[in-house]
Amino acid sequence: MEFGYYPGCALHGSSNDYEKSIRACMKVLNAGLKELDDWICCGATAAHSLNHKLSTALPARNLAIAERDGVGSVLAPCPMCSMELIKAGRALRESEQMRRQMSEIVELKVEGKTDVINLIQVFERIGIETIKSAVKNPLADLKPACYYGCLLTRPAKVVQFDDCERPRSMELILEALGAAPVSWNYATECCGAGLTMANEATVLELANKILKNAAGSGANCIVVACPMCHVNLDMKQSAVERRYDTAHGLPIYYLSDVVGLALGLNKKELAIDKHFVCARAQVKR
Amino acid sequence: MARIGVFICWCGENIARTVDIEKATAEVAKIPGVRCAINYKYMCSDPGQAMVREKIQREKLQGVVVASCSPHMHLKTFRAAAKTAGLNPYLVEMANVREHCSWVHHDKEKATEKAIGLIRMTVGKVLRNRALDPIKVPLTKRALVIGGGVAGIQAALDIADAGCEVVLVEREPSIGGKMAGLSETFPTLDCSQCILTPRMVETGQHPNIKLYSYSEIESVEGFVGNFKVTIRKKARYIDIDKCTGCGECWTKCPSKKTPSEFDYGLANRTAIYMPFPQAVPARPVIDKDACIKFKTGKCGLCLKRCQAGAINFEDEDKLITEEVGAIVTAAGYQLYDIGKDQPNAKLSGYGEYGYGEYADVITSLQFERLSSASGPTSGEIKRPSDGETPKKVVFVSCVGSRDNAKGISYCSKICCMYTAKHTMLYKHKVHDGEAHVFYMDIRAGGKNYEEFVRRAIEQDGAIYHRGRVSKITRENGKLIVRGADTLVGEPVTIEADMVVLAAAMRPAVGVLELAQKLKLGYDEFGFLSESHPKLRPVETNTAGIYICGACQAPKDIPRPWRRRRRRRAKCW
Amino acid sequence: METLEKVDSAFAGTSVEACYQCGKCTGGCPVAGLMDLMPNQLVRLVQLGRLEKAMASTAIWHCVSCQTCTTRCPQSVDCAGILDVLRQMSAEQGKAAPELRRVLVFQKAFLDNIRRNGRLNEVELIGFFKTLAFLKDFNIPLLMKDTLLAPQLMQRGKLHVIGEKVRDRAVVRRIFDRCTKPGKGA
Repeated sequence: MEFGYYPGCALHGSSNDYEKSIRACMKVLNAGLKELDDWICCGATAAHSLNHKLSTALPARNLAIAERDGVGSVLAPCPMCSMELIKAGRALRESEQMRRQMSEIVELKVEGKTDVINLIQVFERIGIETIKSAVKNPLADLKPACYYGCLLTRPAKVVQFDDCERPRSMELILEALGAAPVSWNYATECCGAGLTMANEATVLELANKILKNAAGSGANCIVVACPMCHVNLDMKQSAVERRYDTAHGLPIYYLSDVVGLALGLNKKELAIDKHFVCARAQVKR
Repeated sequence: MARIGVFICWCGENIARTVDIEKATAEVAKIPGVRCAINYKYMCSDPGQAMVREKIQREKLQGVVVASCSPHMHLKTFRAAAKTAGLNPYLVEMANVREHCSWVHHDKEKATEKAIGLIRMTVGKVLRNRALDPIKVPLTKRALVIGGGVAGIQAALDIADAGCEVVLVEREPSIGGKMAGLSETFPTLDCSQCILTPRMVETGQHPNIKLYSYSEIESVEGFVGNFKVTIRKKARYIDIDKCTGCGECWTKCPSKKTPSEFDYGLANRTAIYMPFPQAVPARPVIDKDACIKFKTGKCGLCLKRCQAGAINFEDEDKLITEEVGAIVTAAGYQLYDIGKDQPNAKLSGYGEYGYGEYADVITSLQFERLSSASGPTSGEIKRPSDGETPKKVVFVSCVGSRDNAKGISYCSKICCMYTAKHTMLYKHKVHDGEAHVFYMDIRAGGKNYEEFVRRAIEQDGAIYHRGRVSKITRENGKLIVRGADTLVGEPVTIEADMVVLAAAMRPAVGVLELAQKLKLGYDEFGFLSESHPKLRPVETNTAGIYICGACQAPKDIPRPWRRRRRRRAKCW
Repeated sequence: METLEKVDSAFAGTSVEACYQCGKCTGGCPVAGLMDLMPNQLVRLVQLGRLEKAMASTAIWHCVSCQTCTTRCPQSVDCAGILDVLRQMSAEQGKAAPELRRVLVFQKAFLDNIRRNGRLNEVELIGFFKTLAFLKDFNIPLLMKDTLLAPQLMQRGKLHVIGEKVRDRAVVRRIFDRCTKPGKGA
């Protein structure tokens, strides 16, 4: 099985631990990742806030590259990227005029027919049963709070993935790995995402609520599938603790980290050692 | 040469706005066989009808075409006018240039052309019409009433009191419907039971009413005056004639864990059960799916205890045929399912409200049971999760209603009123409690309704927040209700002990299947369509079949009560 | 005040006219408590064509684009999309609220970074943003904030001083030009 791969800036920047972890998992599961050639940034919040046309054009260029190279399904592990790519794809499919205009702007023919998927969907397509049968190291001690954040399921009409209020897709994977996901309230609340830099106070407040509720619900870690969520909950966790005078100490794992651990990979292979909050004892190998 | 008169109506502006009336009149006057063509602003009015009569007589017309609205609306009117002028009414036809033309087009030129075409066709039809004489057919002076809720009970009693026989078919084991489970009713706060139960008894004992409880309509054949109705009498496993209703069976039944339908799951019932103590008929029924005898073959305790020998595990569904002349449909309503599971793809649920997940997030009908003297808490307000008295209750209006994104655009009409009532009932019982209401608009049109809502706010101290609730979660034993108060322009968070959701009203389960059996029209939400909302509000487009109650549209209790008079008058 | 026609075209596709002011957007907004105007009030101002007030609000820069408002709206109004349009207008017309201009500065720096490199160079962006913000309002705490994280990031191999660049940077610049200069390529 092979997927097209759009890492996005984060996974080639400060969230390179996420990329390493995904690649390690894919290798064990015999799934190939074909990175889009010379992909460009999706524009993220900055583009859709400041320049609507640009926020379609930047993703459209990447979709055009995928179409040119005959890549059908593309994994975009960052939900911001994947939402922007899906949104642009929809806009392209809906209007002939948009297809003409964008093909001109991005200098490649683009129709928006690429199937853009997130990391959860990649695991689903590989097969939860397949993953389950490959588990070497059941995660019996893990009680994760599965954190979806905003853009994995929202806006529901655009991304059309899982139930936007009560998603379960990550829980199903984690249950297959032997973990016992907890039920909690902040699974789809926002962590402040891209405002980390520009408006830190907001991010710390939102992150604190999320960490507090996860811990209060009996979770011993949080599992995310988003580089921004990881930054805000992991890297910023000590700042949260200082500001609110608490001690959460909750390790934040990428979904691929926990899949990889169950498949027998170690902390280093999954770059878990690069996280800020120390991994829990049960994954200290 | 034939002598046809064409009468074109402006319908005020309804037709004249889009169809060039003068041009159409001039054009149709040229159609071979048309003797005269005239137009008038309101052809159905007295002067309009007089014009028709006058032309028939003066021009010795042999046929009439009225180009106006749908024949559903006024064919009878114009045929009657023609008759008084001496023309056989069946030589009158209508060209529908309103619904089929002016209302659905914008381009005046093309609409005029189409109107002329429609009139031309109708002239062609009248040219081939022959005078007809009506014949008399005997009719069965008996009525079928479908549904034994408040609307159906009242319809049945009215018809029966007028001296006609009534066949009343109720799907549940007892009549009474939703109202039987209500606590006190707005705007008087008198007890629902005191109003309804005497009428239920009367219905059960009325010499003119034949009651089929626990029965459904299988099929309907025939036509107005002569319907043949097949009724499926579902296997009750109890011979209701032998049974005395002593209660020995259900008090001894060992299968006690089935959620009670009457209490909306707030309490459990046995497998052999009486729906509620005031049921009519006051006879139990066996729930086959819960019964140990049916599941394992062992048990049969009720059979042993029954002195009357009324228990019959071999009972089967029976089909019975009844002949009636008119049918009244009072199939009622159900609440919108708030949670994830929805009956069809058009609807979606409120995952954000946690209904079904948090025991203390309940529906309005569940709150009725909690505050009812006949309810599982004997009328004491205790929350389902732990039986504690909730000190802070949030009532949420418009759950489903007026929510296009969830698939329901209409207002359910009664929620504003019963929510105000709920706050009163709560405050009357929990004096130190806080009642918060989230609402979008307060719709309290009705005698003493607005005053009732003001009383809830001013005298009983209900706190109204103008805004919708966005999310309900649970933290540390409290339900965290996050909404907005748009009047202060702030988000509002309330830590509540219990939340009551005013779910939308939807047509009852199975109304669509029933509509198909009866060949009735229904709207996009499944509510049954009346013939005309103003002129024929209780008739359907199928002659001899009438509708009343909440299967037509969301209604409160006084409304069907008032409408019954019309219906009775219409049946015969 | 803008003419309603102009309002209509800029907000096309957001169903702004369908809003009936229920406030569910405000109730679910994670940052409503920080906003000077509530999301429902911003939508109302747009309905009335009173864009000046909406554009000058801090609310549009507090918005985290989490899409909760759009997702829960009973009238399917794209509330988050409306705020996008307001931010773009506010930026173009120089109306951004001074208290939160740093959000705009950051986003501009972000786009500028993409324009030059095709992909984000985090070190360059952070440096650029902080310098800009510092020059604008001498924000020393902001300048110092996160600097303590730098060695830790470096140690974890997460900080790349020389960021990635795409090969065909010329095409990226042309895409930006076509999207920013009206009439060209559109």
